[in-house]
Amino acid sequence: MKERILEVRGLNVDYGMGPESVRAVRDVDLTLHRGEVLGLAGESGSGKSTLAYGMTRLLPPPGIVAGGEVIYHLDDGTTVDLLRIRDADLRRLRWSEIAIVFQGAINSLNPVQRISTQLVDVLKAHSASTPRARLDRARELLTLVGIASDRLNSYPHQLSGGMRQRVMIAMALALEPRVVIMDEPTTALDVVVQRQILRTLVDLRERLGFSVVFITHDLSLLVEFSDRIAIMYAGQVVEEAASADLYRTPLHPYSDGLLQSFPALKGPKRELSGIAGSPPDLRMMPSGCPFHPRCARAMDVCGQQTPVLGQSRAGRSVACWLHPVSVG
Amino acid sequence: MSYLLKRLGFYLLTVWAAVTINFFVPRMIPGDPVQALITKQRGQMTSEAVRSLYVLFGLDKDESLASQYFSYLGQLLRGDLGMSFTFFPSPVADVIGDGLPWTVGLVGITTVIGFFLGTAAGALVGWRRGTWADSLIPVTTFVSSIPYFWLGLVAIALLTGPGSFFPASGAYEIGLVPNWDWQFIGSTVQHGLLPGLTILVSSVSGWILSMRNMMVTVSSDDYVTVAHAKGLPERRVMLAYAARNALLPNVSGFALALGFIVGGTLLVEIVFSYPGLGLQLFQAVGAKDYPLLQGIFLIITLSVLLANLLADVAYLALDPRTRREG
Amino acid sequence: MRSNPKALTGLVALGFFVLLAVVGPWLAPFDPSMRSNDLLQPPSPSHWFGTTHLGQDIFSQVLVGTRSVVFVGAVAGLVATVLSVLVGVSAGYLSGSAGEGLSALSNVFLVIPALPLIVIITSSLPETSNLTIALVIGLTAWAWNARVLRAQTLSLRRRDYVEAARANGESTWRIILFEIMPNLTAVIASGFVGTVLFAVISEITLAFIGVSDAGGWNWGTVLYWAQSQQALTQGAWWWFVPAGLAIALLGTALSLVNFGIDEYVNPRLRTRSSTRGVRMRVGFTPVLAKESS
Ligand SMILES: Nc1ncnc2c1ncn2[C@@H]1O[C@H](COP(=O)(O)OP(=O)(O)OP(=O)(O)O)[C@@H](O)[C@H]1O
Ligand SMILES: [Mg+2]
Repeated sequence: MKERILEVRGLNVDYGMGPESVRAVRDVDLTLHRGEVLGLAGESGSGKSTLAYGMTRLLPPPGIVAGGEVIYHLDDGTTVDLLRIRDADLRRLRWSEIAIVFQGAINSLNPVQRISTQLVDVLKAHSASTPRARLDRARELLTLVGIASDRLNSYPHQLSGGMRQRVMIAMALALEPRVVIMDEPTTALDVVVQRQILRTLVDLRERLGFSVVFITHDLSLLVEFSDRIAIMYAGQVVEEAASADLYRTPLHPYSDGLLQSFPALKGPKRELSGIAGSPPDLRMMPSGCPFHPRCARAMDVCGQQTPVLGQSRAGRSVACWLHPVSVG
Repeated sequence: MSYLLKRLGFYLLTVWAAVTINFFVPRMIPGDPVQALITKQRGQMTSEAVRSLYVLFGLDKDESLASQYFSYLGQLLRGDLGMSFTFFPSPVADVIGDGLPWTVGLVGITTVIGFFLGTAAGALVGWRRGTWADSLIPVTTFVSSIPYFWLGLVAIALLTGPGSFFPASGAYEIGLVPNWDWQFIGSTVQHGLLPGLTILVSSVSGWILSMRNMMVTVSSDDYVTVAHAKGLPERRVMLAYAARNALLPNVSGFALALGFIVGGTLLVEIVFSYPGLGLQLFQAVGAKDYPLLQGIFLIITLSVLLANLLADVAYLALDPRTRREG
Repeated sequence: MRSNPKALTGLVALGFFVLLAVVGPWLAPFDPSMRSNDLLQPPSPSHWFGTTHLGQDIFSQVLVGTRSVVFVGAVAGLVATVLSVLVGVSAGYLSGSAGEGLSALSNVFLVIPALPLIVIITSSLPETSNLTIALVIGLTAWAWNARVLRAQTLSLRRRDYVEAARANGESTWRIILFEIMPNLTAVIASGFVGTVLFAVISEITLAFIGVSDAGGWNWGTVLYWAQSQQALTQGAWWWFVPAGLAIALLGTALSLVNFGIDEYVNPRLRTRSSTRGVRMRVGFTPVLAKESS
């Protein structure tokens, strides 16, 4: 078993408090190992971003973390719970250990400051170095993601969308973090640029060896790019498996549906079918399995009892009555 | 650069509009105000002064409107704003020249200080949302609803009087001759303090409210969250990311609001008998001194436009997106 | 409304002033201009707000004056709002030079200092009454809202459903009335409230410098007499305090209504109930204690 670096346990995230609150992430367990790429997939609104920002405590109001633990394993073997440490400690961990590339890089850059300032900012906050060295490092980072270093003095509005996204990736790697969370880093870009950036990323990861949580609703991308995949539906993880296994034999009908929704990039062509219906309203969740109203293979039990994520007989993690959890 | 040129063009348009308003408004005045003045002065007026007043009031009935308009423009370009009725026989330009420095000194300085103080405080209050700082909002709302001049009245009632450090009226000790010695400067500062504070208190609250709202709005923008994710020190996130961006609409708001603010602040001069344009405006209204009224209106408009231009330059320096390089 | 305590408080206070405007003159215990022998008396049971140098009852002056204040505020607010909708929406909807021209017009009116402009116009008018004052204020104070409305209309015009309506060949009037205007309601309402506030302050300011309805009373006229009769040096605080407080209260009520509308339009501004002592904070999402829910 590989070394664990980040463990999410029983995480609940709400929007709002009191009677009007909705639970956007429900009882999520997730483990990230050192050096691995963990894919997180699900339809729009399934709670992927909420999970990512909730576990790093970056969710803007009215988001609230309602419970759970997020254990981070430090290099020296000790662990910390990100949800319980002091603000100052969390601030120190941020970016130096866990960096994030946000959904929509267009708005991730401060519009009134130069790229250089924003890159140097991180270096200044986390390390003692000379201004000269910081500027050199900033230049080096830009080259790393394939941007000419003379762009350092540009303002965000002078860069294209793809360039901004690259700048954000460069920024994420500035402190050589152990974990990089990427929330749909390429969705807003056209396919060619998307491919280029992904290639750069794969490259960099091999060289620098960080772990990645890669969020997307494009499952075919994940199959190609990640080691393991977790599928989210209505705020819950419904299946988790090695990406090859998931691609070959998806156990959860939802995973199956997701796979059918995208053309496979390689291998035999499949028919695109997608999933009928739309995700449930978080305020009025169906009883039992949240997916059963849309599930073609729903049974009586699905509407009555909620399946929990566990090892099924096939030795895989899935929350579905079709694959009962092995006891013990 | 082209941005500034466009703004300059706009200001010229505004000046033209103000001048044109000034040309047409006096034509609504009933009767012949100039004749009344001539009678009062019993022929002490030169024929030249009379003619200039006739141009100003559009009483040259023989001329066409167009030629009236052009002789009016020509007169303005020569700096001739007519003859003041109240301060007869001083020309309006001289009267305004006496008042303007006091107004610029008092209203100008305090308005700018008020903007900076209010913006800084508003940034803090907006950043500390959800804490005790929120309780400042009802107070500032109440204060910003009070007319400036009434606050001045209250200040005079509470803080001046026999034995008080604050004089209740004037811009300097009676008997002093305006010059640049310490005694005079000290007296000026002492007299300016209370009216200045009055303007400050009422204008600051408006800026606090608007900056707070901008700060709250900007704080949930993505780049602020990114700044937090970067683990930057709180001060840095607040100043370089949130406040720096929230400042932009506040600066353009400052430019736009100047026209409104100036009106309120001029009134403070009346309450404190401070010898600036506001007090002159008051005297002009009371004495139906139309040439002085119009002159003051023109000068205030020009000053506001100049301040606007400065605010534009500031905005240009603050927002890289308005700068067009190449 | 119930979820918006600010707006509710503001509306209640506003309703109170409107009520006073209607019934004030009947409630007033004295004729506000009537002289008596109680010269410059401090507040007493017979004269709640004291008396002036002529023995006039200040309480009655403030009560009677409410009507003029509310009238000028409402009329000026209406005139300015109608103008701002006409200019702002057309400027935003029309493309090309017509739109640009209207937008330049409102910017010109915006930077020309409002109060001096109102002063020179009202003091040049053959007669000043509440109506002319209200009209002058209304005709000069529309620019701010026109600007806001133009920006809103511009962004609405690019929305899908408006584009679709245009592609369907719907008439411009139909699109403006049924697709655009409903989305501007909150902005227009907030503009109206803001203009009323501005008009009230302007009317009082005008009265304070001596331009007011001949023979009528408003809170500014009370202050004008207080100032010109040196109420301050005589220690007659009761002469100017009630009118000033009335202005501040009315102003606060209007501002509160506007805050309510702002929060409705911009949800980010809503003050969130910090129930159970949880403080919402950008950058550090609150974490509930382990046991609760
Ligand atoms: N501020 C909010 N208030 C209430 N509910 C919210 C809020 N923000 C998000 N939600 C709800 O939370 C759920 C999860 O949203 P989230 O943004 O995490 O989805 P996602 O999986 O990242 O989707 P996408 O692929 O579109 O990015 C959605 O159902 C959404 O409606
Ligand atoms: Mg998302």
